[in-house]
Amino acid sequence: MKHIKTITPGTLTETVKKGGCGECQTSCQSACKTSCTVGNQSCEQSLIVEKK
Amino acid sequence: MVHLYENNGLKIALDVNSGAIHLVDEMAYKLIPKIEELIKNDELDENQITGPTAEILELYHQKMLFTPDTYEDYINEVKDRETVVKALCLHVAHDCNLACRYCFAEKGEYGGNDNGPKLMSLDVGKRALDFLVTNSGNRHNLEVDFFGGEPLLNWEMIKELVTYGRSLEKEHYKNFRFTLTTNGILLNEEMFSFINQEISNVVLSIDGRKEVNDRMRPLHDGRGSYDLIIEKFIKLAESRNQADYYVRGTFTRENLDFTEDVKHLANLGFKQISIEPMISCESNLPKSNSLTELVNEVPGEGPAANPDFALCPEDVPAICAEYDRLAKYLLTRKEKGQPINFFHFMIDLTGGPCAAKRLSGCGAGSEYLAVTPGGDLYPCHQFVGQPEFLMGNISDGITKTALYDNFKATNVYTKPKCRDCFAKFYCSGGCAANAYKLTGDLNDCDDLACDLQRKRVECAIMLKCDGSS
Ligand code: SF4
Ligand code: SF4
Ligand code: SF4
Repeated sequence: MKHIKTITPGTLTETVKKGGCGECQTSCQSACKTSCTVGNQSCEQSLIVEKK
Repeated sequence: MVHLYENNGLKIALDVNSGAIHLVDEMAYKLIPKIEELIKNDELDENQITGPTAEILELYHQKMLFTPDTYEDYINEVKDRETVVKALCLHVAHDCNLACRYCFAEKGEYGGNDNGPKLMSLDVGKRALDFLVTNSGNRHNLEVDFFGGEPLLNWEMIKELVTYGRSLEKEHYKNFRFTLTTNGILLNEEMFSFINQEISNVVLSIDGRKEVNDRMRPLHDGRGSYDLIIEKFIKLAESRNQADYYVRGTFTRENLDFTEDVKHLANLGFKQISIEPMISCESNLPKSNSLTELVNEVPGEGPAANPDFALCPEDVPAICAEYDRLAKYLLTRKEKGQPINFFHFMIDLTGGPCAAKRLSGCGAGSEYLAVTPGGDLYPCHQFVGQPEFLMGNISDGITKTALYDNFKATNVYTKPKCRDCFAKFYCSGGCAANAYKLTGDLNDCDDLACDLQRKRVECAIMLKCDGSS
């Protein structure tokens, strides 16, 4: 493509199939205790999304 | 929904509902909203398309642009699943050896509303862990944060409780992850080996530059705390190989140039840094929503006035500009081969959380509970001391089930402001405690916090795009 460069294809819709197991860290336990930030957290089931 | 923005000279398109991120040129940047409109109205004739428009359409067909939001039913289904408790914030000390001016715990005293003991006994601690094991269903990973006040005031109990927790793991097939948040005053090197062996993440509170830290984080006699903690923090971070810890500070109106505080900490060798906006104080808005009627509101004093160092809506442009400055500083360090992590700019584009996790909120009041020194249960650490949010105790479990149901149901789609927010998959719907303090409604948002959250998401994504242009 000449006009667009994809940085990440996005896999959110894929995660619906297997997600929600709840094994990952509660967001407020990570560092800040004042905001609910999840984008930086890791999934415990790293294989849930086949990395492209 | 596509969120288009420019940052640090890059034009970025975030396809909100798939999570796809694209760097685009001027032409594509202008075309994307128009094409989204055409697709929405079913007015697009694909046979007549070439150039950037064709590229946009190709990504659309590959589900990397204009992905529809199909998650609402899904998240309702996830929320209907049986919830277990998997994380506790243990307030092992409602007492503190510092007198930080911005402290939401009010120097460990939590509004004076907790009339129980100041230190958690080992017995209460053990029963809290038993409660967690009993109520965690099949969940294997259980989190326990030692919090306060200042938890090191109860250090001997923490050590014994960790040992007790470990003794439960095998029999019940559980894995405890203990974390600790400390101001460092009582920290000593004898504690390091225990902490490094047993505590999976340590949060070390410091605001940055000495004058900034000491203005906000004094001892009770007014002296600053910086000199009492800094060497110990440096040593502890080194002894953990610069991983699994954060130095964590708060910025207020008095240090809107907080990049300087990040620089200060980075120049001391810290690699894991978090500097966060001071949480808002009470507003004067009346608390009037179904939840308030539902809980037995205890008439209290009027809301506290905002202190003059509280962040205000007028500060947003300056804070956003500062986040840009900070992002550039992080890039410069990366280019020099000396990268640092800034907690709120970290984003995992490949192995990040699933949609359920991203949309279901923080878990306060359902998966996550706070326990006071006397064993009372609250939805989270920030609700502790608010009598209307007392949910039960570790012996009887959750007795105020209506409150529990209310928290459990909360998610991105129960919050009108979040539904159409581009940051929803990174923010998860904001802080319920903060929203409640400001608006009296768990499903509302703190607009100031949202403006800052959105800016941080933009910066975090930009940092991933830089170098790819
Ligand atoms: S561990 Fe992964 S799949 Fe499970 S809830 Fe967390 S992010 Fe979702
Ligand atoms: S930034 Fe605000 S509106 Fe957006 S998802 Fe977070 S809490 Fe909701
Ligand atoms: S309500 Fe706010 S402070 Fe409490 S757990 Fe949720 S995000 Fe954290």
